[in-house]
Amino acid sequence: MTSADVSVARSAAGALPRKKVRWGEQLVHLILFVAAAISVLTTVGIVLSLLLPAIEFFREVSPWDYFTGTTWAPLFLDAEFGVLPLVVGTLVISFWSALVAFPLGLGVAVYLSEYAAPRATAFLKPVLEILAAVPTVVLGYFALTFVTPFLRDQLGVQVEIFNALSASLVLGIMLIPTVATLSEDAMAAVPRDLRDGGFALGADKLQVSTRIVVPAAISGIIAAFVLAVSRAVGETMIVLIAAGQLAQITFDPRETIETITAFIGATGNGDIPTGTIEYKTIFALGLTLFVMTLIMNLISIRLVRKYREVYE
Amino acid sequence: MEAPRIDSGRIAEVSRGLERSEVESRKSVFSVRDLSVAYRGKVALEGVDLDVHQNTVTAFIGPSGCGKSTFIRCFNRMNDLIPGAKVDGTVLYHGEDLYARDVDAVEIRRRIGMVFQKPNPFPKSIYDNVAFGPRVLGMKGSLDERVESALRQAALWEEVKDRLKDGALGLSGGQQQRLCIARALAVEPDVILMDEPASALDPISTTRIEDLMHDLKREYTIVIVTHNMQQAARVADMTAFFSVAVEDDGSGRRGILVEYDATTKIFTTPSDKRTEDYVTGRFG
Amino acid sequence: MLVAFGTLVVLLVDTIVTGWPGLGTQLITGLPSTVADEAGARPAILATLYLGAVVLLFSVPIGVLTAVYLEEYADRERWWNRVIEVNIQNLAAVPAIVYGILGLAFIVHGIGLGRVVLAGGLILTLVVLPTVVVAAREAIRAVPDSIRQGAFALGATKWQVVWRQVLPAAIPGIATGSILALSRAVGETAPLIMVGAVVYVPFNPTILGQYTALPVQIFNWTKLPDAEFRTLAAAGAIVLLVIVLTMNAVAIFLRNRYRKQW
Repeated sequence: MTSADVSVARSAAGALPRKKVRWGEQLVHLILFVAAAISVLTTVGIVLSLLLPAIEFFREVSPWDYFTGTTWAPLFLDAEFGVLPLVVGTLVISFWSALVAFPLGLGVAVYLSEYAAPRATAFLKPVLEILAAVPTVVLGYFALTFVTPFLRDQLGVQVEIFNALSASLVLGIMLIPTVATLSEDAMAAVPRDLRDGGFALGADKLQVSTRIVVPAAISGIIAAFVLAVSRAVGETMIVLIAAGQLAQITFDPRETIETITAFIGATGNGDIPTGTIEYKTIFALGLTLFVMTLIMNLISIRLVRKYREVYE
Repeated sequence: MEAPRIDSGRIAEVSRGLERSEVESRKSVFSVRDLSVAYRGKVALEGVDLDVHQNTVTAFIGPSGCGKSTFIRCFNRMNDLIPGAKVDGTVLYHGEDLYARDVDAVEIRRRIGMVFQKPNPFPKSIYDNVAFGPRVLGMKGSLDERVESALRQAALWEEVKDRLKDGALGLSGGQQQRLCIARALAVEPDVILMDEPASALDPISTTRIEDLMHDLKREYTIVIVTHNMQQAARVADMTAFFSVAVEDDGSGRRGILVEYDATTKIFTTPSDKRTEDYVTGRFG
Repeated sequence: MLVAFGTLVVLLVDTIVTGWPGLGTQLITGLPSTVADEAGARPAILATLYLGAVVLLFSVPIGVLTAVYLEEYADRERWWNRVIEVNIQNLAAVPAIVYGILGLAFIVHGIGLGRVVLAGGLILTLVVLPTVVVAAREAIRAVPDSIRQGAFALGATKWQVVWRQVLPAAIPGIATGSILALSRAVGETAPLIMVGAVVYVPFNPTILGQYTALPVQIFNWTKLPDAEFRTLAAAGAIVLLVIVLTMNAVAIFLRNRYRKQW
């Protein structure tokens, strides 16, 4: 066969192929879309499952009483539904744990990003990962059985058996990896040039880190903080085990308190009959919690986008 | 006009190309009329007219940014994969509109194969790389034979026949590129497009690929993009010179086709001054 | 900033202290049932393993398929696709206990599945689903585009490119992410409490039967005043930590081993 014959044979393989509907491809596309839609369904489910009973709750309890009442005693005969003690409890915990997590987390981040030699990094990063992997129930156990006695006996701090301080300390430590990794990402995104500029002016490492890098990465760092607070607000086990279940308004961390999450966790163990007002409190609280964390999360995402944009 | 100053070394090298009359006597494989390509409204290439003929090697040369790669991707509708890409004008393949609404682009790509600038073997074995196409397209017949045939045509068989199960990423750059060529050949294409196939390779591998092109053109039609003028002079029968036109009002740069002719002519007596400037190295 | 080492120290202290009542370890691995001094955690451990299996079974396929959709198929310009993306980001931040409420309302009471292992597993799946999706997306994104181009240029369809090239190349990343998600699911307590992991379960669990999981068991023991139960709780904590940390170690090992050589 001459080359001409071969090439004729090849091209004579027919006219241009016409589009055929590839059913397999269409099906795949559909299945994939359904899988992705599950996440949307989940959100819808969460919203519905919280909203509907919560609405019923607010028919029986006025929103005003709920949001401004200072006594939380839904399970008593003379039930009172003021959510403020729980909110205060949640905020107290968040505040103290933030006090622990922010400086330590940021410190670790600065260290990892600006100072650490590769060997130290290779060692520290797994440590952070391990810290982040410890189940919260174990942390709660630790807070109750070790931290509280330690505070009392070794440090002489007059804490109740169930107190906000122990829980906050442990929670803060749990949040260090969150703050550290996100802050470190933010700082790593700061271009070399900025640092070099600082060094060229004769600044030392500490000055460059704190006065140039951190401010440059500030929106990412704040995002990390916000996210950490959001997680503190939503955390259940540590506070349930170690902080107690006394819904009172107090700002003294040595006292026993109750957070929103702790109440839900203690009450919602499936024993409460559906349809009762106690049952519905779970949903009203859940809704409150969901809205709080959602707002914080949206803020955090906005901030992350901001720092990404600046440098990309 | 005075003869352009081109050193005789180059003239000697271009002697491998076919005469224009010989090229045009062969069937037309691609017929391009007034082609433009725009990405999200920004025009990258404009007003291209040319014909590619059977069993020839056609080269696109020109400075970077002139749209050669964009153009070659029009031939196998790879631009379809880029969101926001729009192709206007006509491309006829064996006389039929390649961009007609009811043409199956996926099947087109079997017939019009492509080899990329940076060798991109799949992270699988050598055998599986070549066999991927036939498997995925459900081609009947012995897979082993197809793989061997493709590897032989790509001048790679002897080097890898004893280690077909080894990972493709372990091959040298030149071998990887020949593997990619074999991969494209395995699906029995009609045309092979090569986008700067040797620019990432060493000189020896480059020579082997160029020799390969000479062999392959007996059975296939080959179109290559290259920024290496000597390479075009060595392998191509017809050469198209593209350049960049800058709008006077500063509205941007567009790629355009300046001149398209037999390789010998382009490099010895180009008709357009821009071509002459480029091939004599005065710019680009 | 030596502050960094402060965290290390705390972690070690933690381990030492939980380790001390590790006298209890022997009590765990063998003995089945509960009654004050003779309590064991075998049912709880088994249930945790079952839960893990359920989570793995559901979260990986759904998560990977979602990731494939978002990375390979979805047109970013369409509003519904952006809704899906935002959704996943938000779900990742929802506290675990809210998932528990969801489970209580819909799965336990809603479809009437009841307080069974399957229900707990499904809820945990939802909790970790965003994590799996994110990990899978990153793994898919890490596959170089040149591979896809090469496959398309041969005449492969989109799904063929994804199924035969992209996913196989992304498997190490997906595996790492899945194992990390699983380790988190296994350690979760709050959702399980809500969905009815019962207190006293002196029998081995079945998929559609009542159960209690290890974290819940630890929680329950911690609440009891008896000193022996403290020991048990500690021992349980050690077992849980071993399970979780082993999974993390495996994941990290996988990640390092397969750090791709593109």
